[in-house]
Amino acid sequence: MSLQIRAQLQRGDFSLEVDTCWPAQGVTALFGRSGCGKTTLLRIIAGLERVRGAQVRFGDQCWQSESQWLPVEKRRLGLVFQEASLLPHLSVTGNLLYGYRRTAPALRRLQLPDVSAMLGLESLLARPVEELSGGQKQRVALGRALLCSPQLLLLDEPLAALDTQTKREIMPFLSRLAQASGIPMVLITHAPDEVQRLADRVVFMRDGCADEQCSLQEALAKPESPLFADEGPSSVLEGELGVADEHGMRLFGPEGSQLRVQAPDAAGTGPTRLRVLARDVSVALDDPARISIRNHLVVTIRQLHDLPDNRVLLDTVMQDGQTLLIEITPWSAQQLALAAGQHVFALIKSVALMR
Amino acid sequence: MLMIELSATDWQAIRLTLTLCFFTTVILLTIATPLAWWLSSGRSALRVVVQTVVALPLVLPPTVLGFYLLVTLGPRGPIGSALESMGLSHLAFTFEGILLASVLYSMPFAVQPLLEAFNNLGRRHVEVASSLGAGVFDRFFTVILPLCRGGFIVAATLSFAHTVGEFGVILMLGGSIPGETKVLSILIYEHTEAMNYAAAHRLSLLLVVFSFAVLFVVYSINRRFQVAKV
Repeated sequence: MSLQIRAQLQRGDFSLEVDTCWPAQGVTALFGRSGCGKTTLLRIIAGLERVRGAQVRFGDQCWQSESQWLPVEKRRLGLVFQEASLLPHLSVTGNLLYGYRRTAPALRRLQLPDVSAMLGLESLLARPVEELSGGQKQRVALGRALLCSPQLLLLDEPLAALDTQTKREIMPFLSRLAQASGIPMVLITHAPDEVQRLADRVVFMRDGCADEQCSLQEALAKPESPLFADEGPSSVLEGELGVADEHGMRLFGPEGSQLRVQAPDAAGTGPTRLRVLARDVSVALDDPARISIRNHLVVTIRQLHDLPDNRVLLDTVMQDGQTLLIEITPWSAQQLALAAGQHVFALIKSVALMR
Repeated sequence: MLMIELSATDWQAIRLTLTLCFFTTVILLTIATPLAWWLSSGRSALRVVVQTVVALPLVLPPTVLGFYLLVTLGPRGPIGSALESMGLSHLAFTFEGILLASVLYSMPFAVQPLLEAFNNLGRRHVEVASSLGAGVFDRFFTVILPLCRGGFIVAATLSFAHTVGEFGVILMLGGSIPGETKVLSILIYEHTEAMNYAAAHRLSLLLVVFSFAVLFVVYSINRRFQVAKV
């Protein structure tokens, strides 16, 4: 299964030229600055924008070609926009069931109780739409999209209009949904942390052009990755999260690359992602014992990159094969005589739990 | 004071006026809804032209509209003669003729409030509904109509009321045929011409009260829904 898009568009000084094919599986993040054309591309995929000559194919279905046009309501999509856009004249349940009622019974794979449990909507069902907070509205919008059992979920910056607190509250629902529902998703975003948290693969977009899709790890491997524009380089570590010990710390990752992290109970256990900012990691040649940073990992330096602003990025590999990026000054690198192939201790000051 | 004793002619004119207004309103809502939707969904030059044409009856003297309709729909006009060649009758001095005239004449009063309502609605809710599997008519009845109901009520009321107040166009195109084209406004004119002031007064007062009620309803709805400026 794949999603194939070919489109060309010129509007004033904005131009879009895309010829691409993404696997219809997992989460594909479409990452780029505002105005790069990602929303237009999504609207073309959805069929909300009818661009002449464009071609859209989903699996073996032709959604748009020279001779064919499948209207939005026949594409069986889930669409979630930046603002929740619940239908104001319907109740929460009315909104949730709007698409469900219009889905043929044979095609319904998700039921209201499952979806409300997945998104924590049980307590909201009886409430009028206008009484919901921004985050709650967005959860209802997600649930509403899910209840039409879509073949593809298109999310257009679903978290961008929410404040940081609300974002933190809704993110776990999104990532759970990505794993649990099995519905392929296209996520439009300009927030690197959303990509790192949710995406399986990344498509970078700039000036109306989409790059080849690459895996999240590949996207994070380049020191000049656009994902690093805001907070500097960072790595995503995948592993299993264990239960809390008597200090409230939980084990993460396999033996040899194991970290102790603090995580809220709500994070649950099982496979998860950690995000480690490269500037939150230090390097030591010996294992320092008397130090407050307790996460020490043996890593092997693969490469040293010079970054602008007098910084050096160490591309290192952990014992379990995952990449850990470390940012230090050129002066430190010189003092420690760091070189490729060397084993060093990475001291991880803090991690962010992503799922 | 309002001891209304209406003559058979008066009743006939009232019935005719109400029939005319009813059909005008129904036809107008059917035409104005898609038209206003199209007007609200873009900014092309063609839209500006159409919007201007629709608004023309607002500024033209009704006699101008009436004159051109008479010329077009009459026995020698392009439409009138085409109808006659098909074995039908031309439309001058007929109920169908003044119905068509009323539709054109009251068009801006239906289109404007709907356009305003559709512009306020935006496209997002409709896009959401279509992504959830709702087809065109489904979207209209489950999203557009309930969310723009104020606009529809105002459009219907104004179309109806404005048609009641129609005079010049009907006089030009319809003449004054009892039961066919002699509507209230024409009848009042005739009563006055005949110096029958009491009869003219009764009907005029009736219209004043009716118009007040209609406008009152419209402005109350406007305050509640903020839908249209007329």
